[in-house]
Amino acid sequence: MSALEHLTDEGRQKLPPRPTAQEIVVTGTNWPGSEFDDDPMIINMGPQHPSTHGVLRLMCELEGETVTRVKPIIGYLHTGMEKTGEELTFVQGATNVTRMDYASCLFNEVAFCSAAEALLDIELPPRARWIRMLMMELNRISSHLLSLATGGMDIGGLSAMIFGFREREYLLRFFEKVTGLRFNHNFFRVGGSAADLPDGWQEDVDKLLTDIPKGMDDLDQLLTENPIWLERMVGVGMIDKELAVNLGASGLVLRSTGVDWDLRRDMPYLDYDQVEFDVISATNGDCYDRFRIRMAEIYESLRIVKQCLENMPDGDYRVQDRKVTPPPRARIDESMEALIHHFKLFTEGFKIPAGQVYTAVESPRGELGCMMVSDGGSKPVRMHMRTPSFYNLQSLEPMMVGGMIADAVAVISGIDPVMGDVDR
Amino acid sequence: MGMEQIPHNFATGKLEDFLQWSRSQSLWPATFGLACCAIEMMASGGAHYDLARFGMEVFRASPRQADLMIVAGRVSQKMAPVLRQVYDQMVEPKWVISMGVCASSGGMFNNYAVVQGVDQIVPVDVYVPGCPPGPETLIQGILTLKAEIASGEVFKRREASASGGAEINLEMAHS
Repeated sequence: MSALEHLTDEGRQKLPPRPTAQEIVVTGTNWPGSEFDDDPMIINMGPQHPSTHGVLRLMCELEGETVTRVKPIIGYLHTGMEKTGEELTFVQGATNVTRMDYASCLFNEVAFCSAAEALLDIELPPRARWIRMLMMELNRISSHLLSLATGGMDIGGLSAMIFGFREREYLLRFFEKVTGLRFNHNFFRVGGSAADLPDGWQEDVDKLLTDIPKGMDDLDQLLTENPIWLERMVGVGMIDKELAVNLGASGLVLRSTGVDWDLRRDMPYLDYDQVEFDVISATNGDCYDRFRIRMAEIYESLRIVKQCLENMPDGDYRVQDRKVTPPPRARIDESMEALIHHFKLFTEGFKIPAGQVYTAVESPRGELGCMMVSDGGSKPVRMHMRTPSFYNLQSLEPMMVGGMIADAVAVISGIDPVMGDVDR
Repeated sequence: MGMEQIPHNFATGKLEDFLQWSRSQSLWPATFGLACCAIEMMASGGAHYDLARFGMEVFRASPRQADLMIVAGRVSQKMAPVLRQVYDQMVEPKWVISMGVCASSGGMFNNYAVVQGVDQIVPVDVYVPGCPPGPETLIQGILTLKAEIASGEVFKRREASASGGAEINLEMAHS
């Protein structure tokens, strides 16, 4: 096996040619074997593969159909966003980070904005905090629905894809109404959000609260006790508690192994300590547990959305600090100073005191953190995102090794990596 | 279906027109999802937008069975050779839609990592704007391409341009 070590190196696209075949003489016994016949086979999967959730590439070493080694090769979607983030002011920054994990854009924005707000040392008004919670939980539902849809499609259940995308569309339409875009919103800014919730949002959210459980029933009936689904998921992609912790896994992958850890409850941010919800965890650490947690978390998120709907405070949706927040639109029309103020904020941006901070939120994939260093200017000197998919992808190898190659897609969709989140 | 008004059960026409019409009616896209736009590409195949109405819901995993490549998302420098290889594996006649601003021009990512426009690697027939373009925008782009194929416009432009044709790029790659 060690002789083949160099063959799985990154960059090498194919194995070197085999030596020419020996001359075959049929003598009535078995075919003469080549000395290479017992060698493991190396299969390259991706980067252009429909089931790798984007452009993940895997080098798998197989013994028959059993995976003996696997090496994820990443970087096919490397966009240089952290470097671009150093060129953008704090006003523009959210536009950049929202494109990292494109299945759960709003979480990136909140991680970025709360880092900048921590450096600025400003307190958000209550309505701004609750708008963030409402939108993030709806985003978590849409992300999990996308994951269930593509996960079903990977394993061959195309109906799951239709169901998942159907419910997700209702959420995206609500997002479009609130933020102007279906995703990549750039809705949350440092100091609050870009706009208030639109008129009539209560009815829309109320409708979502009845529509989504209906669609979830379809998914539940289709998948949860489906014998084929069970066959493909139960006992596949096992990982134990200790290894998951050591590999830095977080979110669903960690919770499926029995570690009861959720940043929303254990290190509360925003007003998560004022809402009631359960942290779902399981003990087997297999793909089926991750699927069940995903289903259950959608209902938990709906619970939080319901509480946000009932308890949404009135007041400002962004902090009334003139250093951070531009003047209202009406003021710009009547006051020259307000126009200049607005212009300065959007060209130069605002300055943030020097310092370094790390803030984290619980994204649908795990702990999404933002490490920000400021030297007192209007742009971050360094902006690093601790993205959950990148760390969760490390647990891919222990999950896949020893299993069948056909289970690879089930394991990948169980982790649900978003390659934009991994490569940034 | 209106056929009873036709006195004879045959119609005459140019073979070329028939070919172009039939090509435009069944485009098979390759799954080439890269980033955010890929999610919208999948959504346009979902229940609400239903790309099947235009005879093209069959996203083929193998480029050898596809004749339309929808480049959905930002193309990194590392992905560029892979993209070109997938394009080369598709059989002629083949078309490319560049979906979203990142694929069309690099978009907001003007940096070391992103190819500033996928038309540097493959000839692009239709550019779909947006970040990300919604399913309606993508469908509009696809319908534009279909109209161009049916009218033969795409072929004329390819013959006229020295750098737009795939064959010329291939020769350059081999020499």
